[in-house]
Amino acid sequence: MNAETRSSGRFLYTASVVLLCAWVIVPLYLLLINTLSSPETVNSFPKPFWPEFDLGSLSFFAGFEGMLTALKNSILVAAMTMVMSIAIGAPAGYALSRFDFPGKGLFRLLILLTRAFPLPLLALPLAVMFIRTGLDDTVFGLALVHTTLAIPFSVLITFSLFSGIPIELEEAAWTLGCTRLTAFTKVVLPLILPGITASAIFAFVISWNEVFAAAVLTIENRTLTAFLLQNLDTSPLHLKFAGGFILVVPALIFIFAVRKYLFAMWGIANR
Amino acid sequence: MNARYLPYLLILPVTLFLCLFFLYPFILVAQQAFYADGGWSLKNFQDVTSHWKFPISFRNTMLLAAAVVPVQLALALLMATMVTRMQKGRDLILYVWTIPLGISDLAAGIIWLAIFEQSGFLNSMMSGLGVVDRPVNFLSYQHPGIVFLAIALAEIWRATAIMLVILVAGIGLIPKEYYEAAEVFGASPWKRFTRITLPLLRPSLQTALVLRVILAFEIFAVVAALGGTLFPVLMGETYAYQFDLLNGGAAAAMALIILAISIAFTLIIMRALRVPKGATI
Amino acid sequence: MAVIEIKNVAKRFGSYQALHDINLTIDDQEFMVLLGASGCGKSTLLRIIAGLETQTTGEVWIGGRRIDHLPPKDRGIAMVFQNYAVFPHLTVFENIGFGLRMQKLPNDEVKRRVERTAELMHIEQLLSRYSGELSGGQRQRVAVARALAMEPDVILMDEPLSNLDALLRMEMRAELKGVLAESNTTAIYVTHDQVEAMSMADRISVMHEGRIVQAASPIEVYRDPAERFVAGFIGNPPMNFLPAEPTGAGQWRVAGQTLKGPDLNRPLEFAIRPEDMTLSDAGLKAKAKVVEPLGAHLLVTAEVDGTLFRAVLDSDLKVSPGDVLTLAPTPDRIRWFDPKSHHAVQ
Ligand SMILES: Nc1ncnc2c1ncn2[C@@H]1O[C@H](COP(=O)(O)OP(=O)(O)OP(=O)(O)O)[C@@H](O)[C@H]1O
Ligand SMILES: [Mg+2]
Repeated sequence: MNAETRSSGRFLYTASVVLLCAWVIVPLYLLLINTLSSPETVNSFPKPFWPEFDLGSLSFFAGFEGMLTALKNSILVAAMTMVMSIAIGAPAGYALSRFDFPGKGLFRLLILLTRAFPLPLLALPLAVMFIRTGLDDTVFGLALVHTTLAIPFSVLITFSLFSGIPIELEEAAWTLGCTRLTAFTKVVLPLILPGITASAIFAFVISWNEVFAAAVLTIENRTLTAFLLQNLDTSPLHLKFAGGFILVVPALIFIFAVRKYLFAMWGIANR
Repeated sequence: MNARYLPYLLILPVTLFLCLFFLYPFILVAQQAFYADGGWSLKNFQDVTSHWKFPISFRNTMLLAAAVVPVQLALALLMATMVTRMQKGRDLILYVWTIPLGISDLAAGIIWLAIFEQSGFLNSMMSGLGVVDRPVNFLSYQHPGIVFLAIALAEIWRATAIMLVILVAGIGLIPKEYYEAAEVFGASPWKRFTRITLPLLRPSLQTALVLRVILAFEIFAVVAALGGTLFPVLMGETYAYQFDLLNGGAAAAMALIILAISIAFTLIIMRALRVPKGATI
Repeated sequence: MAVIEIKNVAKRFGSYQALHDINLTIDDQEFMVLLGASGCGKSTLLRIIAGLETQTTGEVWIGGRRIDHLPPKDRGIAMVFQNYAVFPHLTVFENIGFGLRMQKLPNDEVKRRVERTAELMHIEQLLSRYSGELSGGQRQRVAVARALAMEPDVILMDEPLSNLDALLRMEMRAELKGVLAESNTTAIYVTHDQVEAMSMADRISVMHEGRIVQAASPIEVYRDPAERFVAGFIGNPPMNFLPAEPTGAGQWRVAGQTLKGPDLNRPLEFAIRPEDMTLSDAGLKAKAKVVEPLGAHLLVTAEVDGTLFRAVLDSDLKVSPGDVLTLAPTPDRIRWFDPKSHHAVQ
């Protein structure tokens, strides 16, 4: 291989990296322009290619009837989902990583099945079930469905996290005067906490982004995604873009917060 | 606490939860789908499949999956191999490339709406370059091809990241020695990719494809944001049966049809990419 | 007083019998080494004593108290793990003090005991570090200090030196023995390294396929192996074996030679250690195959009557492959084994 083909190969490589980064970032930038422009600009033609830093669209969004409630609902549902999916999923992840027990294979199958199933479809019968139990159109009811959605991930991710902590550390703690519980809180928990946080954030985003079940299960207490979906045909452009922007911001923060764990958790969850 | 029962106690909450919110509603969907006019029947299925929109939405969903998934696979593989070669800036590039992972399909639809709508950026650019004199309404029934393209682009843009993450994690599990050995035996980079990376990556490819294909059949919000009623898909029809037509039985039947397609494709992928026993890393 | 009594302990993993009916008493302040090949059940036995594994049947008593139903924390034991298990989120100080804090000792008492054990293990300058900032040897010292700080009646060690390099191992071996002798604890030490076992133990329990085949002092295990397995396992190079036929009145025919032995009338196996033979006019005819000058002595691998046979000879001797040596076994070092039961015969 001579120097010329090598340097042209390097150029091609760098160019593709830059191009692929642009492919991700440019659409986001365009959304940002729309969000930070006045409603008049958003609806005008042609569009400028830099933002005018006008908060008109955003304040219109904030003032739009029901929008802030929807935002609050979204945050509430996602927070509940986050707490429930970790509280319910993490013990199972621990059991999978630490014990061999009859029925383990069956249990893993149930978890994988849940992951492979188009879950939002279950929103339909759940709607009926919720009406009977009075959970219909409540934030909590939706959070239950989103937890179902997030649980396979929280089980598999915590499973791989716990597997990364040698059992000897726990055993050492037991011989040093700990019970199973204190060994867990004093040794395992401090080591696992960052990973648990990452998987909790993952659950938050699963709920935050979910559209179908949210639209099916809520009527008065719409979440942001459901609200935007419902008003897609009728709402003005600047409202859509501001709403889309508000949906995107947590994603940026989320990926940044969990970037260290993103790959580790998939690496093991694969097997 | 007896260690024999502890694991069962620990998995009890998840099991109960999934039975209540996954298995039970699943049985309800099945019941509702096969129940019509006061008895068991396939009427719901006959109704939905004989509706004039069904073949269109079925074809659209399939076409979209067929167009989007292979491109995503190729892109994800390309990106994954590129980052493994990268020395500096790897974390930053990976961060940028995985941003769409956290973005919902609805938000992605809205983002691409900003580009394709009549007063959007594509039109602004084209008129700036003098290609068109008046803004074109791309997302209308005069331009079905562009509607399809916009939806496909939005999907590719949004959902390549999940495959990328799975593949990068999978490549990370392949011991470096294999590559070094192959290099010693004189394998070119391309040979190393096809002879080592691809075969050893099979479990990850399997996971990535299954997950992606299932999600592809569930496509809904992107279409709603970009195509609206111009581009019917299966999931959108299900939503319409439930809400606009208030026909729960039909919606349930649609749901089961989507499920059947998902299972069929999952099995095909698992079979095509199966890993021979004992041939894992 | 911490006598450890293991009574009829057996352990099954599913259909696999890892331990068969183990009976063993370890005296107060004794240093007992469990020695055996990989997979023979040493760790399993140790973990049963620690309470990390539950025996299928049998009892474990420590200091006259039956403890096999108690959780590890209530057994009065401390343990040192093979890969140290130093808590990564705690400093060396907090690692050593971990067990003391669990006992809710006052701060100054914790500080006093941590500092004393750290001094004992020569790690007082490392107290504020984290485990990621320690070398393997230092981590090893922390693990031992953490166990010692508990001032346990019994200290259990599972191959604590196996991850160290040869030189450090030798150094730590001597140090560990000294520290433990001073601390008046009963110790059980698992290893598969016979040199380690010989040099440290008061008594060695040799394990084989889930059984204890001999529990005796190092020199006894070496000189008077109770079973053929022990004879072949201990010593490097191991003992030589040859078939022996009785010719009556305590006379035995071994490889064409007549030797004195037990007065029995059934075939036995003759056994002799390689270093227990001298060159002489009368004796076993050995055809040298490989000659290895090892400096201190000469290791000759030969063939006697078609059987592989090793001899350790004086390094001044001139031996070449193909030479036929006449080797006379030292009479009181000859051992006899029953070829059927594999037990030693007096
Ligand atoms: N949890 C388990 N489940 C099934 N079999 C086990 C388990 N633990 C140990 N065994 C088996 O029991 C036998 C004894 O294991 P043990 O760990 O006690 O061996 P060891 O003597 O400590 O070996 P090493 O020197 O390699 O550490 C082995 O054959 C092992 O495969
Ligand atoms: Mg062991």
